[in-house]
Amino acid sequence: MSRPVVPVANFDTQPFWDGCARGELLLQRCTACQAYRHPPSPICPHCLSDQHAWVAASGRGKVYTFVVVRETRARGWDKMVPYVVAVIELEEGPRMLTNLTSVAPEAVTIEMPVEVTFAELDGTTKLPLFQPR
Amino acid sequence: MTSISGRYAIVGIGESDVGRHLGRSGMALHLEAMTRALTDAGLDKTSVDGLLTRPSRSDPQFNYSAVLAGRLGIQPTYFSDVALGGASSASMILDAVAAIEAGFCTTVLCVNGDAQTSRGANRRAGLTNWIEDFERPFGMLGAPESYGLSARRHMYEYGTTSEQFGAIAVACRKHAGLTPNATFRTPMTLMDHQASRFVAEPFRLLDCCPVTDAAGAVIVTSAERARDLAQPPVFLLGLGQGFTHADLPYAPSMTTVAMRGASQRAYAMAKLGPEDIDLAELYDCFTYVVLLTLEDYGFCKKGEGGAFVEDGRIELGGALPVNTGGGLLSQAHASGSLLVTEAAIQMRGAAGARQVAGAETAIVSGQCGVTGINVCLILGKHPN
Repeated sequence: MSRPVVPVANFDTQPFWDGCARGELLLQRCTACQAYRHPPSPICPHCLSDQHAWVAASGRGKVYTFVVVRETRARGWDKMVPYVVAVIELEEGPRMLTNLTSVAPEAVTIEMPVEVTFAELDGTTKLPLFQPR
Repeated sequence: MTSISGRYAIVGIGESDVGRHLGRSGMALHLEAMTRALTDAGLDKTSVDGLLTRPSRSDPQFNYSAVLAGRLGIQPTYFSDVALGGASSASMILDAVAAIEAGFCTTVLCVNGDAQTSRGANRRAGLTNWIEDFERPFGMLGAPESYGLSARRHMYEYGTTSEQFGAIAVACRKHAGLTPNATFRTPMTLMDHQASRFVAEPFRLLDCCPVTDAAGAVIVTSAERARDLAQPPVFLLGLGQGFTHADLPYAPSMTTVAMRGASQRAYAMAKLGPEDIDLAELYDCFTYVVLLTLEDYGFCKKGEGGAFVEDGRIELGGALPVNTGGGLLSQAHASGSLLVTEAAIQMRGAAGARQVAGAETAIVSGQCGVTGINVCLILGKHPN
Protein backbone atom coordinates (compact mmCIF):
# COMPACT_ATOMS: atom_id res chain seq x y z
CA MET A 1 0.00 0.00 0.00
CA SER A 2 1.44 3.33 -1.00
CA ARG A 3 0.54 6.41 1.00
CA PRO A 4 1.50 10.03 0.38
CA VAL A 5 2.35 10.57 4.07
CA VAL A 6 4.01 8.10 6.38
CA PRO A 7 4.36 8.59 10.15
CA VAL A 8 7.77 9.76 11.34
CA ALA A 9 8.36 8.99 14.97
CA ASN A 10 9.53 11.74 17.31
CA PHE A 11 10.99 11.53 20.82
CA ASP A 12 7.58 11.01 22.38
CA THR A 13 6.09 8.60 19.86
CA GLN A 14 9.03 6.36 18.84
CA PRO A 15 8.02 3.41 21.08
CA PHE A 16 4.51 3.40 19.62
CA TRP A 17 5.85 3.07 16.07
CA ASP A 18 8.47 0.54 17.13
CA GLY A 19 5.59 -1.53 18.50
CA CYS A 20 3.66 -1.26 15.25
CA ALA A 21 6.74 -2.47 13.34
CA ARG A 22 6.66 -5.62 15.51
CA GLY A 23 2.90 -6.00 15.03
CA GLU A 24 2.05 -4.76 18.52
CA LEU A 25 -0.40 -2.00 19.38
CA LEU A 26 1.11 -0.19 22.38
CA LEU A 27 -0.47 2.31 24.73
CA GLN A 28 1.19 4.50 27.33
CA ARG A 29 0.06 3.66 30.84
CA CYS A 30 0.81 5.92 33.79
CA THR A 31 2.91 4.10 36.37
CA ALA A 32 1.54 6.30 39.16
CA CYS A 33 -2.23 6.23 38.55
CA GLN A 34 -2.51 3.39 36.00
CA ALA A 35 -4.46 5.52 33.48
CA TYR A 36 -4.02 4.67 29.81
CA ARG A 37 -3.43 7.53 27.39
CA HIS A 38 -3.25 8.15 23.64
CA PRO A 39 -1.80 9.91 21.73
CA PRO A 40 1.51 9.64 23.58
CA SER A 41 2.41 12.48 25.94
CA PRO A 42 5.41 13.17 28.21
CA ILE A 43 3.16 13.45 31.29
CA CYS A 44 -0.09 11.96 32.54
CA PRO A 45 -2.99 14.40 32.00
CA HIS A 46 -4.63 13.08 35.17
CA CYS A 47 -1.89 13.06 37.81
CA LEU A 48 1.02 14.82 35.96
CA SER A 49 3.44 11.95 36.61
CA ASP A 50 6.20 11.65 34.00
CA GLN A 51 6.60 7.92 34.67
CA HIS A 52 4.92 5.56 32.26
CA ALA A 53 5.10 2.08 30.76
CA TRP A 54 4.30 0.97 27.23
CA VAL A 55 1.82 -1.87 27.40
CA ALA A 56 0.26 -4.02 24.68
CA ALA A 57 -3.38 -3.22 23.97
CA SER A 58 -5.85 -5.95 23.05
CA GLY A 59 -6.23 -4.39 19.61
CA ARG A 60 -10.00 -4.63 19.91
CA GLY A 61 -12.48 -1.79 20.00
CA LYS A 62 -15.53 -0.32 18.33
CA VAL A 63 -16.17 2.51 15.90
CA TYR A 64 -16.93 5.73 17.78
CA THR A 65 -17.40 7.91 14.70
CA PHE A 66 -16.17 8.10 11.10
CA VAL A 67 -16.17 10.07 7.86
CA VAL A 68 -16.00 8.80 4.33
CA VAL A 69 -13.53 10.91 2.39
CA ARG A 70 -14.92 11.01 -1.13
CA GLU A 71 -13.08 14.00 -2.57
CA THR A 72 -9.75 15.63 -1.86
CA ARG A 73 -7.33 17.70 -3.84
CA ALA A 74 -4.41 16.58 -1.69
CA ARG A 75 -1.76 15.05 -3.90
CA GLY A 76 -1.67 11.28 -3.60
CA TRP A 77 -4.77 11.05 -1.45
CA ASP A 78 -6.93 11.88 -4.47
CA LYS A 79 -6.03 8.44 -5.81
CA MET A 80 -7.16 6.72 -2.59
CA VAL A 81 -10.74 8.00 -2.36
CA PRO A 82 -13.13 6.85 -1.12
CA TYR A 83 -11.51 5.93 2.19
CA VAL A 84 -12.82 5.81 5.75
CA VAL A 85 -11.25 7.87 8.54
CA ALA A 86 -12.52 6.46 11.82
CA VAL A 87 -12.11 7.03 15.53
CA ILE A 88 -11.96 3.74 17.43
CA GLU A 89 -12.78 3.44 21.10
CA LEU A 90 -10.30 0.85 22.34
CA GLU A 91 -11.21 -1.71 24.98
CA GLU A 92 -8.67 -0.07 27.30
CA GLY A 93 -10.50 3.28 27.08
CA PRO A 94 -8.46 5.65 24.88
CA ARG A 95 -9.62 6.50 21.40
CA MET A 96 -7.42 6.14 18.32
CA LEU A 97 -7.68 7.72 14.88
CA THR A 98 -7.22 5.26 12.04
CA ASN A 99 -8.57 4.00 8.72
CA LEU A 100 -10.97 1.11 8.32
CA THR A 101 -9.99 -1.60 5.90
CA SER A 102 -11.65 -4.77 4.54
CA VAL A 103 -15.07 -3.10 4.64
CA ALA A 104 -17.06 -1.06 2.12
CA PRO A 105 -17.59 2.56 3.25
CA GLU A 106 -21.35 2.07 2.94
CA ALA A 107 -21.25 -0.82 5.43
CA VAL A 108 -19.52 1.09 8.25
CA THR A 109 -21.64 1.89 11.31
CA ILE A 110 -20.95 3.49 14.67
CA GLU A 111 -20.50 0.79 17.36
CA MET A 112 -19.22 -1.70 14.77
CA PRO A 113 -16.73 -4.09 16.52
CA VAL A 114 -13.26 -3.86 15.00
CA GLU A 115 -9.74 -5.18 15.53
CA VAL A 116 -6.30 -3.90 14.62
CA THR A 117 -4.39 -5.04 11.56
CA PHE A 118 -1.00 -3.71 10.50
CA ALA A 119 -0.36 -2.43 7.00
CA GLU A 120 3.23 -2.40 5.80
CA LEU A 121 4.13 0.95 4.29
CA ASP A 122 7.78 1.12 3.30
CA GLY A 123 9.50 -1.93 4.69
CA THR A 124 10.24 -0.36 8.07
CA THR A 125 7.00 1.34 9.04
CA LYS A 126 3.70 -0.39 9.75
CA LEU A 127 0.46 1.53 10.14
CA PRO A 128 -2.23 0.33 12.59
CA LEU A 129 -5.50 0.03 10.68
CA PHE A 130 -8.73 -1.55 11.87
CA GLN A 131 -11.09 -4.06 10.27
CA PRO A 132 -14.44 -5.61 11.27
CA ARG A 133 -14.21 -8.58 13.63
CA MET B 1 -7.01 55.22 36.17
CA THR B 2 -5.76 53.20 39.13
CA SER B 3 -2.24 51.87 38.64
CA ILE B 4 -1.72 48.11 38.68
CA SER B 5 1.84 48.62 39.95
CA GLY B 6 2.52 46.19 42.79
CA ARG B 7 -0.87 44.50 42.54
CA TYR B 8 0.28 41.29 40.79
CA ALA B 9 3.02 38.81 41.66
CA ILE B 10 4.99 35.78 40.46
CA VAL B 11 4.24 32.94 42.88
CA GLY B 12 5.71 29.84 41.21
CA ILE B 13 8.90 29.15 39.28
CA GLY B 14 9.77 26.11 37.18
CA GLU B 15 12.82 25.42 35.04
CA SER B 16 13.22 22.35 32.86
CA ASP B 17 16.51 20.47 32.73
CA VAL B 18 18.82 22.37 30.36
CA GLY B 19 21.62 21.36 28.03
CA ARG B 20 22.38 20.44 24.45
CA HIS B 21 21.09 17.42 22.53
CA LEU B 22 18.86 16.30 25.41
CA GLY B 23 16.88 14.17 22.99
CA ARG B 24 13.57 15.46 24.28
CA SER B 25 10.78 17.33 22.55
CA GLY B 26 10.11 21.01 23.14
CA MET B 27 6.75 20.06 24.58
CA ALA B 28 8.36 17.68 27.07
CA LEU B 29 10.55 20.57 28.28
CA HIS B 30 7.55 22.88 28.53
CA LEU B 31 5.56 20.35 30.54
CA GLU B 32 8.51 19.73 32.86
CA ALA B 33 8.91 23.44 33.57
CA MET B 34 5.15 23.81 34.08
CA THR B 35 4.78 20.93 36.54
CA ARG B 36 7.82 22.16 38.47
CA ALA B 37 6.29 25.65 38.70
CA LEU B 38 3.08 24.13 40.08
CA THR B 39 5.04 22.15 42.67
CA ASP B 40 7.09 25.22 43.60
CA ALA B 41 3.94 27.28 44.09
CA GLY B 42 2.21 24.52 46.02
CA LEU B 43 -0.74 24.89 43.67
CA ASP B 44 -2.92 22.10 42.33
CA LYS B 45 -3.22 22.17 38.54
CA THR B 46 -6.97 22.78 38.84
CA SER B 47 -6.30 26.22 40.33
CA VAL B 48 -4.64 27.29 37.06
CA ASP B 49 -7.29 28.91 34.88
CA GLY B 50 -4.99 30.82 32.54
CA LEU B 51 -2.31 29.50 30.18
CA LEU B 52 0.08 31.43 27.94
CA THR B 53 2.77 29.96 25.77
CA ARG B 54 4.71 30.38 22.58
CA PRO B 55 4.56 27.53 20.09
CA SER B 56 7.76 25.51 20.16
CA ARG B 57 9.68 25.92 16.91
CA SER B 58 11.04 22.39 17.09
CA ASP B 59 7.53 20.91 17.42
CA PRO B 60 5.35 23.62 15.88
CA GLN B 61 1.74 22.90 16.73
CA PHE B 62 -1.48 24.62 15.82
CA ASN B 63 -3.32 26.14 18.81
CA TYR B 64 -0.38 25.20 21.00
CA SER B 65 -1.71 26.72 24.24
CA ALA B 66 -4.75 24.48 23.87
CA VAL B 67 -2.56 21.46 23.14
CA LEU B 68 -0.60 22.12 26.34
CA ALA B 69 -3.82 22.56 28.32
CA GLY B 70 -4.95 19.17 27.09
CA ARG B 71 -1.63 17.52 27.95
CA LEU B 72 -1.75 19.10 31.40
CA GLY B 73 -5.39 18.03 31.83
CA ILE B 74 -6.77 21.48 32.67
CA GLN B 75 -9.61 23.58 31.23
CA PRO B 76 -8.42 27.20 31.37
CA THR B 77 -10.87 30.07 30.92
CA TYR B 78 -8.17 32.23 29.27
CA PHE B 79 -5.37 30.96 27.03
CA SER B 80 -3.41 32.22 24.07
CA ASP B 81 -0.32 31.73 21.95
CA VAL B 82 2.03 34.70 22.29
CA ALA B 83 4.27 34.75 19.22
CA LEU B 84 6.72 37.60 19.73
CA GLY B 85 9.97 35.67 19.58
CA GLY B 86 12.41 36.51 22.34
CA ALA B 87 10.04 39.08 23.79
CA SER B 88 7.35 36.45 24.36
CA SER B 89 8.44 35.44 27.86
CA ALA B 90 8.15 39.00 29.16
CA SER B 91 5.14 39.78 27.02
CA MET B 92 3.22 36.88 28.56
CA ILE B 93 3.49 38.62 31.92
CA LEU B 94 1.72 41.68 30.49
CA ASP B 95 -0.97 39.50 28.98
CA ALA B 96 -1.38 37.56 32.24
CA VAL B 97 -1.90 40.75 34.23
CA ALA B 98 -4.34 42.14 31.67
CA ALA B 99 -6.35 38.92 31.68
CA ILE B 100 -6.54 38.77 35.48
CA GLU B 101 -7.37 42.48 35.69
CA ALA B 102 -10.23 41.89 33.24
CA GLY B 103 -11.54 38.98 35.25
CA PHE B 104 -11.00 36.33 32.57
CA CYS B 105 -8.97 34.22 34.98
CA THR B 106 -7.21 34.38 38.33
CA THR B 107 -3.97 32.38 38.01
CA VAL B 108 -1.91 32.19 34.84
CA LEU B 109 0.79 29.67 33.95
CA CYS B 110 3.29 31.20 31.45
CA VAL B 111 5.79 28.97 29.68
CA ASN B 112 8.34 29.47 26.91
CA GLY B 113 11.40 27.67 25.61
CA ASP B 114 12.40 25.15 23.00
CA ALA B 115 14.45 22.08 22.09
CA GLN B 116 16.81 23.96 19.78
CA THR B 117 19.41 21.21 19.42
CA SER B 118 17.16 18.14 19.52
CA ARG B 119 15.20 18.62 16.36
CA GLY B 120 16.73 15.89 14.23
CA ALA B 121 14.18 13.15 14.59
CA ASN B 122 11.33 15.55 14.09
CA ARG B 123 12.59 17.19 10.96
CA ARG B 124 13.13 14.28 8.60
CA ALA B 125 9.91 14.45 6.63
CA GLY B 126 8.41 17.76 7.62
CA LEU B 127 6.22 15.90 10.06
CA THR B 128 6.83 17.80 13.20
CA ASN B 129 4.28 16.93 15.84
CA TRP B 130 2.34 13.99 17.10
CA ILE B 131 -1.04 15.36 16.09
CA GLU B 132 0.13 15.17 12.51
CA ASP B 133 1.91 11.93 13.35
CA PHE B 134 -1.43 10.35 14.28
CA GLU B 135 -3.69 12.11 11.80
CA ARG B 136 -2.08 12.91 8.46
CA PRO B 137 -0.76 9.39 7.75
CA PHE B 138 -4.39 8.26 7.96
CA GLY B 139 -5.57 10.78 5.39
CA MET B 140 -7.06 13.13 7.96
CA LEU B 141 -5.77 16.12 6.09
CA GLY B 142 -7.96 19.03 6.94
CA ALA B 143 -11.04 20.54 8.39
CA PRO B 144 -13.79 18.62 6.54
CA GLU B 145 -12.60 15.27 7.88
CA SER B 146 -12.09 16.57 11.42
CA TYR B 147 -15.39 18.37 11.79
CA GLY B 148 -17.14 15.54 9.96
CA LEU B 149 -16.22 13.18 12.79
CA SER B 150 -18.10 15.40 15.23
CA ALA B 151 -21.04 15.87 12.85
CA ARG B 152 -21.41 12.12 12.30
CA ARG B 153 -21.44 11.56 16.05
CA HIS B 154 -24.14 14.23 16.48
CA MET B 155 -26.26 12.55 13.80
CA TYR B 156 -25.84 9.23 15.62
CA GLU B 157 -26.65 10.58 19.08
CA TYR B 158 -29.53 12.88 18.14
CA GLY B 159 -30.84 11.91 14.71
CA THR B 160 -29.64 15.15 13.10
CA THR B 161 -29.97 15.15 9.30
CA SER B 162 -28.15 16.47 6.24
CA GLU B 163 -31.29 18.47 5.36
CA GLN B 164 -30.95 20.29 8.68
CA PHE B 165 -27.34 21.16 7.82
CA GLY B 166 -28.72 22.40 4.51
CA ALA B 167 -31.13 24.81 6.20
CA ILE B 168 -28.09 26.63 7.60
CA ALA B 169 -26.40 26.89 4.20
CA VAL B 170 -29.64 28.23 2.70
CA ALA B 171 -30.05 30.86 5.45
CA CYS B 172 -26.49 32.12 5.04
CA ARG B 173 -26.87 32.37 1.26
CA LYS B 174 -30.16 34.21 1.59
CA HIS B 175 -28.54 36.76 3.89
CA ALA B 176 -25.53 37.14 1.59
CA GLY B 177 -27.96 38.09 -1.16
CA LEU B 178 -28.85 41.16 0.91
CA THR B 179 -25.21 41.97 1.69
CA PRO B 180 -23.41 44.05 -0.93
CA ASN B 181 -19.96 43.04 0.37
CA ALA B 182 -20.51 39.27 0.15
CA THR B 183 -18.81 36.77 -2.16
CA PHE B 184 -21.53 34.21 -2.86
CA ARG B 185 -24.90 35.85 -3.56
CA THR B 186 -26.56 33.52 -6.08
CA PRO B 187 -29.71 32.08 -4.45
CA MET B 188 -29.45 28.52 -3.11
CA THR B 189 -32.25 26.10 -2.27
CA LEU B 190 -32.33 23.09 0.01
CA MET B 191 -32.50 20.98 -3.16
CA ASP B 192 -29.27 22.58 -4.38
CA HIS B 193 -27.66 21.63 -1.07
CA GLN B 194 -28.93 18.06 -1.21
CA ALA B 195 -27.78 17.71 -4.82
CA SER B 196 -24.24 18.83 -4.01
CA ARG B 197 -21.69 16.01 -3.87
CA PHE B 198 -20.25 14.51 -0.71
CA VAL B 199 -16.76 15.75 0.12
CA ALA B 200 -16.14 14.21 3.53
CA GLU B 201 -19.39 12.39 4.17
CA PRO B 202 -21.57 13.43 6.04
CA PHE B 203 -20.50 16.84 4.64
CA ARG B 204 -21.56 17.84 1.16
CA LEU B 205 -19.77 20.52 -0.81
CA LEU B 206 -22.33 23.14 0.27
CA ASP B 207 -21.75 22.32 3.94
CA CYS B 208 -18.19 23.63 3.64
CA CYS B 209 -17.23 27.31 3.62
CA PRO B 210 -15.22 28.19 0.52
CA VAL B 211 -11.78 29.75 0.79
CA THR B 212 -11.81 33.46 -0.03
CA ASP B 213 -9.66 36.59 0.19
CA ALA B 214 -10.97 38.96 2.85
CA ALA B 215 -10.11 40.74 6.09
CA GLY B 216 -11.92 42.60 8.83
CA ALA B 217 -10.72 45.04 11.48
CA VAL B 218 -12.24 46.75 14.50
CA ILE B 219 -11.02 49.36 16.99
CA VAL B 220 -11.68 48.94 20.70
CA THR B 221 -11.48 51.73 23.27
CA SER B 222 -13.15 52.67 26.54
CA ALA B 223 -16.83 53.60 26.62
CA GLU B 224 -15.73 56.95 28.04
CA ARG B 225 -13.48 57.77 25.07
CA ALA B 226 -16.08 56.36 22.66
CA ARG B 227 -18.39 59.26 23.49
CA ASP B 228 -16.13 61.74 21.65
CA LEU B 229 -15.73 59.70 18.47
CA ALA B 230 -17.51 59.77 15.13
CA GLN B 231 -19.56 56.56 15.28
CA PRO B 232 -22.22 55.35 17.69
CA PRO B 233 -20.37 52.98 20.04
CA VAL B 234 -21.14 49.27 20.09
CA PHE B 235 -20.73 48.17 23.69
CA LEU B 236 -18.93 45.01 24.82
CA LEU B 237 -21.32 43.44 27.32
CA GLY B 238 -20.06 39.89 27.65
CA LEU B 239 -16.76 38.18 26.88
CA GLY B 240 -15.91 34.56 27.50
CA GLN B 241 -13.39 31.96 26.40
CA GLY B 242 -13.80 28.20 26.63
CA PHE B 243 -11.67 25.10 26.15
CA THR B 244 -12.55 21.44 26.04
CA HIS B 245 -9.99 19.77 23.76
CA ALA B 246 -7.10 20.35 21.39
CA ASP B 247 -7.67 17.18 19.33
CA LEU B 248 -11.24 16.31 18.41
CA PRO B 249 -10.70 12.52 18.17
CA TYR B 250 -9.81 12.49 21.88
CA ALA B 251 -12.36 15.07 23.11
CA PRO B 252 -14.19 14.11 26.31
CA SER B 253 -17.40 14.76 24.36
CA MET B 254 -17.68 15.37 20.62
CA THR B 255 -21.08 17.04 20.92
CA THR B 256 -20.91 19.24 24.04
CA VAL B 257 -17.87 21.40 23.52
CA ALA B 258 -16.02 24.67 24.20
CA MET B 259 -18.96 26.86 23.12
CA ARG B 260 -20.79 25.95 26.30
CA GLY B 261 -18.25 27.32 28.80
CA ALA B 262 -17.42 30.34 26.64
CA SER B 263 -21.07 31.39 26.38
CA GLN B 264 -21.77 30.78 30.05
CA ARG B 265 -18.95 33.16 30.97
CA ALA B 266 -20.13 35.78 28.46
CA TYR B 267 -23.74 35.56 29.66
CA ALA B 268 -22.64 35.86 33.27
CA MET B 269 -20.58 38.98 32.55
CA ALA B 270 -23.40 40.55 30.54
CA LYS B 271 -26.07 39.47 33.04
CA LEU B 272 -28.04 38.30 30.01
CA GLY B 273 -29.28 34.94 28.79
CA PRO B 274 -29.95 33.46 25.36
CA GLU B 275 -33.53 34.72 25.55
CA ASP B 276 -32.17 38.31 25.57
CA ILE B 277 -30.17 37.95 22.33
CA ASP B 278 -31.62 39.48 19.12
CA LEU B 279 -29.24 38.01 16.52
CA ALA B 280 -26.28 35.67 16.30
CA GLU B 281 -23.09 35.70 14.20
CA LEU B 282 -21.78 32.16 14.63
CA TYR B 283 -18.55 30.79 13.21
CA ASP B 284 -19.65 28.58 10.32
CA CYS B 285 -16.64 26.92 8.73
CA PHE B 286 -19.18 24.12 8.29
CA THR B 287 -22.97 24.28 8.51
CA TYR B 288 -22.99 21.78 11.37
CA VAL B 289 -20.87 24.03 13.58
CA VAL B 290 -23.70 26.61 13.65
CA LEU B 291 -26.11 23.91 14.85
CA LEU B 292 -23.70 22.81 17.57
CA THR B 293 -23.08 26.40 18.66
CA LEU B 294 -26.81 27.16 18.89
CA GLU B 295 -27.15 24.24 21.31
CA ASP B 296 -24.13 25.04 23.45
CA TYR B 297 -25.02 28.76 23.48
CA GLY B 298 -28.34 27.74 25.01
CA PHE B 299 -30.75 28.72 22.22
CA CYS B 300 -32.18 25.21 22.31
CA LYS B 301 -31.55 22.02 24.24
CA LYS B 302 -28.70 19.66 23.41
CA GLY B 303 -29.75 17.53 20.48
CA GLU B 304 -32.47 19.92 19.30
CA GLY B 305 -30.27 22.08 17.08
CA GLY B 306 -31.46 20.26 13.99
CA ALA B 307 -35.11 21.11 14.58
CA PHE B 308 -34.17 24.65 15.68
CA VAL B 309 -32.59 25.63 12.35
CA GLU B 310 -35.55 24.43 10.26
CA ASP B 311 -38.54 26.43 8.96
CA GLY B 312 -36.66 29.71 8.56
CA ARG B 313 -36.15 30.20 12.29
CA ILE B 314 -32.56 31.36 11.77
CA GLU B 315 -33.34 33.50 8.71
CA LEU B 316 -34.05 37.24 8.74
CA GLY B 317 -37.60 37.59 10.05
CA GLY B 318 -37.23 34.38 12.05
CA ALA B 319 -36.97 33.99 15.82
CA LEU B 320 -33.15 34.29 15.84
CA PRO B 321 -31.51 35.59 12.66
CA VAL B 322 -28.10 33.91 12.30
CA ASN B 323 -25.19 35.11 10.18
CA THR B 324 -27.02 38.11 8.80
CA GLY B 325 -24.13 39.04 6.50
CA GLY B 326 -23.87 35.56 5.01
CA GLY B 327 -21.26 34.13 7.37
CA LEU B 328 -18.12 32.31 6.34
CA LEU B 329 -20.32 30.07 4.18
CA SER B 330 -21.46 32.85 1.84
CA GLN B 331 -19.89 36.21 2.73
CA ALA B 332 -16.19 35.35 3.18
CA HIS B 333 -13.93 33.38 5.53
CA ALA B 334 -11.68 36.14 6.89
CA SER B 335 -11.09 33.95 9.98
CA GLY B 336 -14.37 35.10 11.42
CA SER B 337 -13.50 38.79 11.48
CA LEU B 338 -16.53 39.69 9.37
CA LEU B 339 -18.80 38.07 11.96
CA VAL B 340 -17.55 40.70 14.40
CA THR B 341 -17.93 43.59 11.94
CA GLU B 342 -21.41 42.40 10.93
CA ALA B 343 -22.56 42.19 14.55
CA ALA B 344 -21.28 45.74 15.11
CA ILE B 345 -22.98 47.01 11.92
CA GLN B 346 -26.26 45.50 13.14
CA MET B 347 -25.86 47.16 16.55
CA ARG B 348 -25.32 50.51 14.84
CA GLY B 349 -28.57 49.90 12.93
CA ALA B 350 -26.64 50.38 9.69
CA ALA B 351 -27.25 47.03 7.95
CA GLY B 352 -29.70 48.32 5.36
CA ALA B 353 -31.83 45.64 3.70
CA ARG B 354 -30.57 42.99 6.12
CA GLN B 355 -31.03 45.05 9.29
CA VAL B 356 -32.69 43.10 12.10
CA ALA B 357 -35.39 45.57 13.16
CA GLY B 358 -34.97 46.85 16.69
CA ALA B 359 -31.92 44.68 17.40
CA GLU B 360 -30.14 45.73 20.61
CA THR B 361 -28.01 42.68 21.40
CA ALA B 362 -25.87 40.37 19.27
CA ILE B 363 -23.83 37.30 20.13
CA VAL B 364 -20.67 36.34 18.22
CA SER B 365 -18.83 33.02 18.16
CA GLY B 366 -15.12 32.69 17.35
CA GLN B 367 -14.14 29.08 17.08
CA CYS B 368 -11.20 26.83 16.31
CA GLY B 369 -9.50 23.61 17.33
CA VAL B 370 -12.34 21.59 15.81
CA THR B 371 -14.88 22.86 18.39
CA GLY B 372 -12.42 22.64 21.31
CA ILE B 373 -11.67 26.37 21.50
CA ASN B 374 -14.34 29.05 21.57
CA VAL B 375 -14.53 32.77 22.28
CA CYS B 376 -17.98 34.28 22.80
CA LEU B 377 -18.76 38.01 22.55
CA ILE B 378 -22.03 39.70 23.45
CA LEU B 379 -22.38 43.14 21.88
CA GLY B 380 -25.01 45.73 22.73
CA LYS B 381 -26.49 48.92 21.33
CA HIS B 382 -26.65 50.18 24.94
CA PRO B 383 -24.11 49.83 27.77
CA ASN B 384 -26.49 47.58 29.77
